[in-house]
Amino acid sequence: MPLKRTGLQTIELPLRPAVCASAAFVGKKEGEGPLGALFDHVAQDELYGQETFELAEKRLYLDAIRKAILKGGLKPENVQFLLGGDLLNQIITASFSARELGIPFIGLYGACSTMAESLCLGGMLLDGEHASTVVCAASSHFCTAERQYRFPLEFGSQRPPTAQWTVTGAGAALLSLQPSVPPLAQIARICMGRVVDLGVTDANNMGAAMAPAAADTLLALMADTHTRPADYDLIVTGDLGQVGRDLLLQLMREQRMPLEERLHRDCGLMIYDRERQDAHAGGSGCGCSASVLCASLLPALQRGELRRIIFMATGALMSVTSSQQGETIPGIAHAVVLESPKP
Amino acid sequence: MDKQRVHTNPQHYSWLTEQLSPPSPLGAGLGRAFWVGGLICVLGQAIADAGVHWLDMNARAASSLTSISLVFLTALLTGVGVFDKLGKYAGAGSFVPITGFANAMVSPALEFRREGLVLGLGARLFSIAGPVLVYGIGASVLVGVIYALFFH
Amino acid sequence: MSLLWMYLKVFLVGGALCAIGELLVLRTRLTPARILVCYILTGVLLSAVGLYGPLADFAGAGATVPLTGFGHALCQGVMSAVDEIGFIGAFTGGLSATAGGIAAAVFFGTLIALAFKPRAK
Repeated sequence: MPLKRTGLQTIELPLRPAVCASAAFVGKKEGEGPLGALFDHVAQDELYGQETFELAEKRLYLDAIRKAILKGGLKPENVQFLLGGDLLNQIITASFSARELGIPFIGLYGACSTMAESLCLGGMLLDGEHASTVVCAASSHFCTAERQYRFPLEFGSQRPPTAQWTVTGAGAALLSLQPSVPPLAQIARICMGRVVDLGVTDANNMGAAMAPAAADTLLALMADTHTRPADYDLIVTGDLGQVGRDLLLQLMREQRMPLEERLHRDCGLMIYDRERQDAHAGGSGCGCSASVLCASLLPALQRGELRRIIFMATGALMSVTSSQQGETIPGIAHAVVLESPKP
Repeated sequence: MDKQRVHTNPQHYSWLTEQLSPPSPLGAGLGRAFWVGGLICVLGQAIADAGVHWLDMNARAASSLTSISLVFLTALLTGVGVFDKLGKYAGAGSFVPITGFANAMVSPALEFRREGLVLGLGARLFSIAGPVLVYGIGASVLVGVIYALFFH
Repeated sequence: MSLLWMYLKVFLVGGALCAIGELLVLRTRLTPARILVCYILTGVLLSAVGLYGPLADFAGAGATVPLTGFGHALCQGVMSAVDEIGFIGAFTGGLSATAGGIAAAVFFGTLIALAFKPRAK
C-alpha cells in the first residue's frame, strides 16, 4: 500500500480536510493591536470575569472552541476529537477545558508550535478517516505564562529588546471532511518538524532559539515537494519576532533557498504595533499564532485573497528547570500548507 | 549530503544571533538608573536626618527608620501597581537600593497569594529575595567567625 | 551649604552604585536576583576589609541604602556583636543590625499581599 508521504518529512492529505470554521478570543492589549477588529471577542481585562488568570485563560480557550463549533453549524457532541494544548504545566488550560466540553481529548504540547501541531494531527486523523470532525485549539495568557516562566507581575524589572510579549488569546479551528458551511481553507499537506538546537541559551531571545527549527522544517518542505518560497502567496511563521525573523531570512539565504522578505510574515509581528504597544521584539505564545491564524489568515484564504500559504508555528521546548540547569533551548516548527477553497 | 538540514554550526549561529539582536541602549539606561537611584538614596538620607533632628533618634535607630520607611513605601507602591513601572523605567536604579529587596519580597507574595496563605503567600515571600539573605547572612557569619578567631 | 553638599554626595554615590548595577543588567545576562546577591556579597567583603565604612561616612544614605549598604550593615553588626559578647556575636550580630528592614519587608509584604491583587500590564 502506498504511503501518503512525500520525501522525508512531508505528509500528503489527499482528502484535503477542510477548515470549516475558526474563532479567536483575545485580551485587551491584542484587541488594541492592528488586528483588533478581526477577533471574535476582545476581553475587557486580563481576568475576563474570573477569579484567577488561569481560569481566565481557560475561559478564553473554551469560548473560542464553542464559538468555532457554533460557526461550523455543529454542537460539541458532533465533534469527535479535541486536539490542543497551551503553555502551562501539564497543559491544564486544554485539559480543564476538555473536562467541560466532553469531547474525546488529545492533549498536545509543542510550546508555541501547538496550533500547527494540532492542525497536523487533526488533518491526519481526518485524512485517515478516523474521524470526520475534529477541533484544534491553542492558547496562552500573558499573566499565567509570566508567573510560570519569569517574574511576578509586580516585580520591577527591565526586558531586553530581544524579549517577546506573551499573547493573551486563544484560537480554535474546526476541521471536517464534509463541512456543512462554506469552508475557510483546505489542508493540502503538512510537514512535521524535527527538534533543532543551535545552542541558544538566552530565554530572553526565543526568536533566535526557534529560527533554526523554522528554517529546518521549511527546507524539508521545499525539498520534499520540489517547491520554492515563491510558489506560495505567504509563508507565515508563528512567533519568531523581529530577531527570529531576521535570523530565519539569513539562514535561508545561507542555505541557498532565499525567502524573500515580502513573502514572509510572522504572527508575532502582526499582532502588535511594536512601537506603540511596547511589545519589544514581538508577540509570542501558543495564542499568538493560533489567534492570528483564526482571525486573519483563514478568512483571507476563504475570500481568495490568499491562495496558498504555509502556516508554520514555531516552539521553544525548554522549561524553567532546563533553563536553570543551563541547558540550551531546543526549537521545533511544524508546517501546514493551507489552500483557498476558491478555484 | 542531507539537503534538509540547516548546515550552520553553533559558533556561526551564535555570532549571527549577536549581529542581529539589537543591544539595549546604554546611555539612556545608565542615566535613568543613576538619577532614580540617587534620588531614592536622597530620600533615605532625608528620612534619617528627620529621625535624628525631629524624633531624637540615635544614628542606628534613624538608619532602621530609613530602611523601614523605604520598605513600606515600596510595598505600598508594589501593591497599587506602580513599582513595576518604576522598575521598568529605572532598572537597577530601583532594584539596587533596599527598595528592590522589598519589591522582590512583596511581588511574589502578592502574585502567589491565590495558591494559598501558607504555600502561596508565605512560602513565596522569599522566592526571589531569599538568596540575598542566604548569601548575605552566610558571608557575614563567616566574617564574624574569622574576626572572632583571629582578630580578637 | 554643607547640607546641600551632603545631599549631593548622597545623590552621586547612590546614583553611581545604581548605574553600575544597570551596566551589569545591560551588558551581561545577570538577572536582578543575581546582581543583588553580588551586591550584598561585595558589601560584606568591602566592609570586612574596612573599605566600605569610609564610603558610608562620606556618602551617608548614598552608601547605606543600596544593597551593598545592607551587606555593610550585616558585617558591622557581626563585628560589633563579637566585640560585645564574643564568638556568639558572629551569629547574632548580622540579623539584629538589619532586623528593621527584613522584618518590615516580611510584615508589609504580607499585609500588602492580603490587601491588593496583582494586575495585568
